[in-house]
Amino acid sequence: MQTEATYNYKVVRQFAIMAVVWGIVGMLVGVLIAAQLVWPQLNFPQLGEWFHFGRLRPLHTNAVIFAFGGSALFATSYYVVQRTCHTRLFAPGLAAFTFWGWQLVIVLAALSLPLGFTTGKEYAELEWPIDILITLVWVAYAVVFFGTIAQRKVSHIYVANWFYGAFIIAVALLHVVNSMAMPVFEAGILTPKSYSAYAGAQDAMVQWWYGHNAVGFFLTAGFLGMMYYFVPKQAGRPVYSYRLSVVHFWALIFTYMWAGPHHLHYTALPDWTQSLGMIFSLILLAPSWGGMINGIMTLSGAWHKLRDDPILKFLIVSLSFYGMSTFEGPMMSVKTVNALSHYTDWTVGHVHSGALGWVAMVSIGSLYYLVPRLYGKVEMYSRDLVTAHFWIATIGIVLYIASMWISGVMQGLMWRATNVDGTLTYAFVESVKASYPFWTIRVLGGLLFLVGMLLMAYNVFKTVAGAKPVDAPVLAPAHA
Amino acid sequence: MADFVSGFWNMYVMVLVAVSFVFCIVIIMLNMRVSGKVGELQPHKWDETLQEWNNPLPRWWMYLYWITIFFGIAYLIIYPGFGAFPGIAKWTSVGQWEQEMKRADEQYGPKFAKYRNMDVKAVAADPEAMAMGKRLFQTYCMQCHGADARGAKGFPNLTDNDWLGGDGSPEYIKTTIAQGRIGVMTPFKDILSEEQIRDVAHYVRSLSGLSHDAPRAERGATVFAENCAVCHGPDAKGNPLLGAPNLTDDIWLWGSSEAQIIAIVTNGIQNRMPAFGEFLGEDKVHILTAYVWGLSNKQ
Repeated sequence: MQTEATYNYKVVRQFAIMAVVWGIVGMLVGVLIAAQLVWPQLNFPQLGEWFHFGRLRPLHTNAVIFAFGGSALFATSYYVVQRTCHTRLFAPGLAAFTFWGWQLVIVLAALSLPLGFTTGKEYAELEWPIDILITLVWVAYAVVFFGTIAQRKVSHIYVANWFYGAFIIAVALLHVVNSMAMPVFEAGILTPKSYSAYAGAQDAMVQWWYGHNAVGFFLTAGFLGMMYYFVPKQAGRPVYSYRLSVVHFWALIFTYMWAGPHHLHYTALPDWTQSLGMIFSLILLAPSWGGMINGIMTLSGAWHKLRDDPILKFLIVSLSFYGMSTFEGPMMSVKTVNALSHYTDWTVGHVHSGALGWVAMVSIGSLYYLVPRLYGKVEMYSRDLVTAHFWIATIGIVLYIASMWISGVMQGLMWRATNVDGTLTYAFVESVKASYPFWTIRVLGGLLFLVGMLLMAYNVFKTVAGAKPVDAPVLAPAHA
Repeated sequence: MADFVSGFWNMYVMVLVAVSFVFCIVIIMLNMRVSGKVGELQPHKWDETLQEWNNPLPRWWMYLYWITIFFGIAYLIIYPGFGAFPGIAKWTSVGQWEQEMKRADEQYGPKFAKYRNMDVKAVAADPEAMAMGKRLFQTYCMQCHGADARGAKGFPNLTDNDWLGGDGSPEYIKTTIAQGRIGVMTPFKDILSEEQIRDVAHYVRSLSGLSHDAPRAERGATVFAENCAVCHGPDAKGNPLLGAPNLTDDIWLWGSSEAQIIAIVTNGIQNRMPAFGEFLGEDKVHILTAYVWGLSNKQ
């Protein structure tokens, strides 16, 4: 009977809960490594090399990007694609495989990185056996997602799905190309160690083509998909402009592919590549802002809702941070600005205004919308705790970003300062010493963000504890 | 241009760049005008409530997009980026670097050249030169030898008048800075047994008056005479020509504990001071020589 068909919420629930868990784990490691920079004894050298900054830093980035962000993307994309296609998820067995497969990837990462297995490629540190597993999971993800799209009961594909779709296709391409490597045989036995298939400047180029598009597609396109569903839903208003969605979607996914070389300004990369990386990064400004405008303007006519709806606060503030980081990014890709900002904490601050301000805030807002609905409830256990989470997280981000801006610019200026005879005014270590106060503030900012996540975990626990998982019935498409 | 191995790749890049700009322009041209009525909803609806307004692109946003596109095109006319086309400014990063270096040499060169013909010892007595020497040291040398020049494990202390490969004269110091030095200690793990290595470690400790096991040191003396004396000398006072250190002066570059000495004898060492002559130029090396000489020859 048609009326009894329900959406597949099981896999959504699994990913949603794990997003909260991995968020806490990843941010805890983040706070720890931030503290290690202030108090080096927290590297625990007496216990061995496993807890050193160099081992834990990739664990932090992988955990927050792929474990927390990835789980949030899986959860919301599976939810959104079913509801906006008015059909059940395609291939539920494969969907279950993506959940368990992805969790296995995360656990393997959490074991192999501290043990020292790494390719040395930023955001692509995992060694080849894990890379193969990621590929399998990702292909399954694509089959489930696009299979669902193919079965849709409405003719038009909703804008959120364009972004999720682009994210899935591009990440597959990026991951496969950048992870090409030759495994090492030791005495005829295959080892988990491998070396990149590319050499020298080409390796760096491929790596940052991957690296910046990991930002562009994993951390931007995917989360724009999230935004396009949860903002209009929570605001109860139509999306501001269909036109703008079309232009900024195509311009964004097309231009991001060019931007990678701005990570390699003033290096062995050929001049022409650096120029192209810079100008296409600048051209990215408007397409990025298109998403912000479309999200924020969706609220027009309903601004009053911001006053007492903490979920909308999360979503709208996330868009503000998105707009700010996507202005800052193109500016930092200008070579003369980059000459000051490169290799400093400014970069770290920029990344976190995107990662905490945009990615984490939009995910948290969406999860607060999602979780009660997956358990047949109207809203979270405590709205006050959501509000508290919002303010604690926002203050945490501001402390984090502002301290990194100051220390970053300070480092850049100290490194380039020269004496009357052209020698350097400051030794490197002096800039390190001068950075301590700001690194301490950063620890505090990160700690606040983590505390917010703990409030969320408690709130989610109280919401779902004892509640029965509910799969909503599949809705017939509206005939508008 | 050397960046392209063949004309094909030059064309490939040019076509790709051109297509990208055309794409960026076409996508906005196609959407500058709204079809249908502004302020109305698009005729689709998803998931009960999701709809879209038929609003035009914000004008200021459109202008922003156009400005960045024009900036990009102008940049490619002036600077390299459009395949092998070098840009009308003929700018290259290497050219910029060379120009900046030339300017810096013109500006700062005379400050260093002033001391070129002065004796090292006289330079060391000149407070202004020594202030510059200290700044040079803090820029190029302190990473290994430390801000106070007292060195670290594997990096010699430059203040104690103990020299691995010579007599500490200005000439010796200058050669070291300009040409670098290589210090090699042979690994003995395939030559001596573990017991022999332990014995010789005790013997070496005894030479500096450190605590040791007497019978072991006695056996170690024989091992030393047969294996180590070749470089370190029969009296263990070292050989500057080989860079083999004096083992009797209680100065330990790699540590004096039994375990540390055993590790060195077992695995050997490849130590290296980089050559700075070509990088810094004669004038700066001259001032640095005076500074380093002055560290152990306080006047």
